[in-house]
Amino acid sequence: MAVTTDTASDERTTATDEAQVPRKQRTSGANVWFGVIAWIVGIAFFFPVFWMVLTSFKTEADAYTTTPKIIFEPTLEQYEGVFAAGIGPYLANSVAATVISTILVLLLGVPAAFALSLRPVQKTTDVLFFFISTKMLPVVAAIVPIYVVVNQIGMLDNIWTLIILYTGMNLPIAVWMMRSFFLEVPGELLEQASIDGAPLWRTLREIVLPIISPGIFATALICVIFAWNEFFFAVNLTAANAGTVPVFLVGFITSEGLYWAQLSAAATLAALPVVLAGWVAQNKLVQGLSFGAVK
Amino acid sequence: MIDRAEGWRRRAPLLPALVFTIIVTQIPFLLTLFYSVQSWNLVRPGSQSFVWFANYVDVFTDSQFRQVAINTIVMTLGSVLIAVVLGLLLALLLNRQFVGRGVVRTLLITPFLITPVAAALLWRTVLLDPTLGLVNFVLSPFGASGTEWISQFPLASVMAALVWQWTPFMMLLLLAGLQSQPSDQLEAARVDGASAWSVFRELTLPHLRRFIELGVVLGTIYLVNTFDTVYMMTQGGPGVASANLPFYIYQRAFLGFDIGQSAAMGVVVVIITLIAASFALRLLFRSFSVEEGI
Repeated sequence: MAVTTDTASDERTTATDEAQVPRKQRTSGANVWFGVIAWIVGIAFFFPVFWMVLTSFKTEADAYTTTPKIIFEPTLEQYEGVFAAGIGPYLANSVAATVISTILVLLLGVPAAFALSLRPVQKTTDVLFFFISTKMLPVVAAIVPIYVVVNQIGMLDNIWTLIILYTGMNLPIAVWMMRSFFLEVPGELLEQASIDGAPLWRTLREIVLPIISPGIFATALICVIFAWNEFFFAVNLTAANAGTVPVFLVGFITSEGLYWAQLSAAATLAALPVVLAGWVAQNKLVQGLSFGAVK
Repeated sequence: MIDRAEGWRRRAPLLPALVFTIIVTQIPFLLTLFYSVQSWNLVRPGSQSFVWFANYVDVFTDSQFRQVAINTIVMTLGSVLIAVVLGLLLALLLNRQFVGRGVVRTLLITPFLITPVAAALLWRTVLLDPTLGLVNFVLSPFGASGTEWISQFPLASVMAALVWQWTPFMMLLLLAGLQSQPSDQLEAARVDGASAWSVFRELTLPHLRRFIELGVVLGTIYLVNTFDTVYMMTQGGPGVASANLPFYIYQRAFLGFDIGQSAAMGVVVVIITLIAASFALRLLFRSFSVEEGI
């Protein structure tokens, strides 16, 4: 509190007698105002999410008021209702598709990123170009043949179909991202190890892995976010057996206007895991989404 | 010069990922090309036949397709540009020191993380509902209550949700740009007595240019594929007023079962995206870290 009043008086002096106020003080006074604006904007952006979580603890009667209610008696009945409506298997499918596809991405992607960075293959640029170009082709153009093929081999509504597609979807991003982490490993360390005659796998395990493991972790989190949020493949290729949480949420379109509080509970459950993953990975988020171009 | 054995030893770790990616991502596109010159409706078994470019002729004479193509451009570029401008303003705010900066950043990125399907449901009901929605409640003192956002302004409603989700990404990207700006340069300009505005215009903005370009290009590539938001908020309606190409192709393929035509539309989308993507690739390969270490 004291800080606020202090700097507010700074701000007044700034306005009246600008020339005599030391530069440093003036900047910090301005910064408080920028801080206030930033807080307001931040809360405004976050508010719909906050409201969703809040509504999920209301009764339907409390959720349906023309004047939105902030004070109410919280209840868990909406969450019970969502589980009674059968979100459980959908959550399990989402977890399976997300976790297994992410593990596959890492198993395939870590060696590939290594082969494109520390001990690069010839034509590294071409390979990188190929990986990235697959992310630029719209999935919508692939869905028709994927549906036809998956249907012919009897894999519709099968969780492994999603696992394979999500692995393909995330692998190029992961390769690019992890490559940028591999490149951060100081070359001298590797040279030193090879002069000392250490075998490659030991160098990798004892020197490279500790350096890049935070990067691999961030990559995994970003794959988790993408796989968990994916909807297009899920809605077109799965139904009751292998449907993921987003597919479960589709059911609320038809019943809208009736179950806002329950809808909010379902949406909160759907969003919670990735919001947590994203908060943890926020420093690497841009690096992942820009394919490692921006650190 | 790398000898043969060494070449294969180097290639070995790469091959599984490469082969997997080729199978999963390239074969479907080849099949799309093949289907796009077939007349094939799933509802009529045995109807498959080679028809040259008839599907493409149908696509380009389809007035709905043209409408949807325009919607796609408006939705994609409109959302991206608004998100970049808002993201720039937010990045400039967050580039300053203030109490709780980390918390504000965490609050701001949350919309980007929310499952798009959940976000779209949230916008459709809790935010934009004409009688009970928060937006109309907030606007009611200004006499805007009762506006049926989703049916009166379907495209704008979808774009609002997209901007809400993508502004945080642009902010993070541009914030990374701002923080990579050499501070001695800025300090020197300030010592020389340059005003804040001229520092921004003559130093910061040119420095940010490639980050802005990258944001526009990446945003375009991600948003041109928007499906969830359209599906959950408007189902493309009324009519095709808010349908974009992914949603329209989905409708043709999975509600109309017209494999040939939806494949032809898919090819058209690929061509459009490739044009955008060639800019993206050039950007990624030009000035960023990509070229180090190759």
